[in-house]
Amino acid sequence: MASYLIRRILWIIPVLFAVSVITFTLMHLTPGGPWAREKRLHPDTEARLNAEYGLDKPWHEQYVDWVADFLVLDFGPSYRYVDRDVNAIISDGLGTTIQLGLMAFAVSVIVGIPLGIFAALGHNKAPDYASTGLSIIGIATPSFVLAIILVLVFSLGLNWFPATSSRWGDWHAWVLPTIALAGYPIAQIARYTRASMLEVTRKDYVRTAQSKGIRQRAVVVRHMIRNALIPVVTILGPILAFLVTGSFVVEYFFGVPGIGRFYVQSIGTRDYSLLMAMTMLYAFTVAALNIVVDVLYAYIDPRIRYS
Amino acid sequence: MASGTLAQSGASVVARRSSGVWRDAFGRLRRNKLAMVGLALVLLLVFMGVLGPTLAPFPYYAQDIEAITANGFRPLHPFEPLSMETGHWLGTDELGRDSLSRLLDGAQISLAVALVVQIVVLVIGMPIGAIAGWFGGRIDNILMRFTDVMYAFPDLLLIILMSVTFRNTWLGQQFNGLLLVFIAIGLTSWVTVARLVRGQLLSLKEIEFVEAARAIGVRDRNIVTKHLLPNSIGPVIVAITLGIPGAILAEATLAFLGVGVQPPRASWGSLINEGVRYIRSDPHLVLLPAIAIATSLISFTFLGDGLRDALDPKLKGKQ
Repeated sequence: MASYLIRRILWIIPVLFAVSVITFTLMHLTPGGPWAREKRLHPDTEARLNAEYGLDKPWHEQYVDWVADFLVLDFGPSYRYVDRDVNAIISDGLGTTIQLGLMAFAVSVIVGIPLGIFAALGHNKAPDYASTGLSIIGIATPSFVLAIILVLVFSLGLNWFPATSSRWGDWHAWVLPTIALAGYPIAQIARYTRASMLEVTRKDYVRTAQSKGIRQRAVVVRHMIRNALIPVVTILGPILAFLVTGSFVVEYFFGVPGIGRFYVQSIGTRDYSLLMAMTMLYAFTVAALNIVVDVLYAYIDPRIRYS
Repeated sequence: MASGTLAQSGASVVARRSSGVWRDAFGRLRRNKLAMVGLALVLLLVFMGVLGPTLAPFPYYAQDIEAITANGFRPLHPFEPLSMETGHWLGTDELGRDSLSRLLDGAQISLAVALVVQIVVLVIGMPIGAIAGWFGGRIDNILMRFTDVMYAFPDLLLIILMSVTFRNTWLGQQFNGLLLVFIAIGLTSWVTVARLVRGQLLSLKEIEFVEAARAIGVRDRNIVTKHLLPNSIGPVIVAITLGIPGAILAEATLAFLGVGVQPPRASWGSLINEGVRYIRSDPHLVLLPAIAIATSLISFTFLGDGLRDALDPKLKGKQ
């Protein structure tokens, strides 16, 4: 297990390398550059700027420069925000984005798993319909539509929570973005849990446990839920990834001061260094989360062995 | 006579066995009301997507200046007297463009998303997952690291990057630039199916019936295609049908962010993006496309759920 883990962690390096090469190539194939403005800069100015930022060198040299800086975690100056470097921009918003993601993840798991279990236990009865109905609403409502509805009801209507979350220090500002972000994952987790529980219900060991005369409660808790949650763990990875990208839309809509909004913005403005930093950060996060999920998978299901 | 009857009944037994699984599944699907509702809505979406633009009362880009002037330069609301009079049953937007016609045009985009993205997902995801799960070892390792790379990419970022980078190529010119967006979404969505198939194969191939098949000398290829994949098709179908709403959602999200389809053409997501500014005075501009998105997502979800219950042979006799 230890050697497996070390190998997996070392594998992050080639993953990051591949991601950086692909992004770097696509980025430089894209027409336009960071200096494109409505009013064109004087060619001399542009040339001087290119020289200043090293953009006049051939691509492979630029890439090597970038890797050298990346190895000491220096993401360089932003091409758009002249007074700030990329490290400062990211460290300002990263905590907020992580906090929002973790809150939404906690809400998704805490609400989603019981919802799926109740649905399966009352298969084709009222609990099933109620919980399936809820998860269908969750799946059918994109986060930005959910956000619009939440703001209409809870900010403009009831005035309970602020419509914008730019003042992040106040916990009231956390509620609506968290719910908007968690709606879809709750529904996904509930559906997978339900499907997996229904699968488990028909397993021999459940019938054996029941015929031994074990109380139904114990059968459900000890035999069914424990086994049913194994496949659910596999979708936690995609869900965490969804929360990271999904945070962009929600942060954009509520004005949350995280880093999500820089994803798309940096492409539009050809802010190469910010774009590369965002991609690497995301890629690293997802790769690390994948390892955690796989280890968790082996831990809760002893039948699965990595070697 | 007697032997003839016997032969006939024998033949019918064989015929029933060969088509039994799917016929039974279809029978169960037909008894599932929610799934039938889903199927009906999916067919409605297909109908709207294929015929919508010809059925639409107006071209989606046509501005009815007269109607909007008569209304004091404000959008017409659904089912108002003036709207019924001018033929804009579901109202207009702030430029006097017919809401129903724009929704119908958006249906075509959503239908295309559903189809193209899932084809890309199946064609890439199934083989990679199957090969990785069956062979294991080095091949599994290489393929899974490849999916790790794809998986580690920020979906939105890759989709937007690709659509900006290849906008001026042949691919970028097809279908208002949407085909490129669809393929980009597909290229970022197959990983889930690949992992699912791999996971299924990993656990299925240790089960006795595979051992039995091996013992009687069935070739690897046939074990995978005849035993393992059919047994893992249920979760794949659930993933694919759940993937359709996912793809529609991805396109809507991109459109909401202003990426993808170019004006005057509008998908449901971009209609919401345009309508958000008028949410207080003219909520129909957001609510109508939101209902359209929700309905299409629900329909595929219902159908997928029904298919799951119908296609799982282990459910037999339990309902």
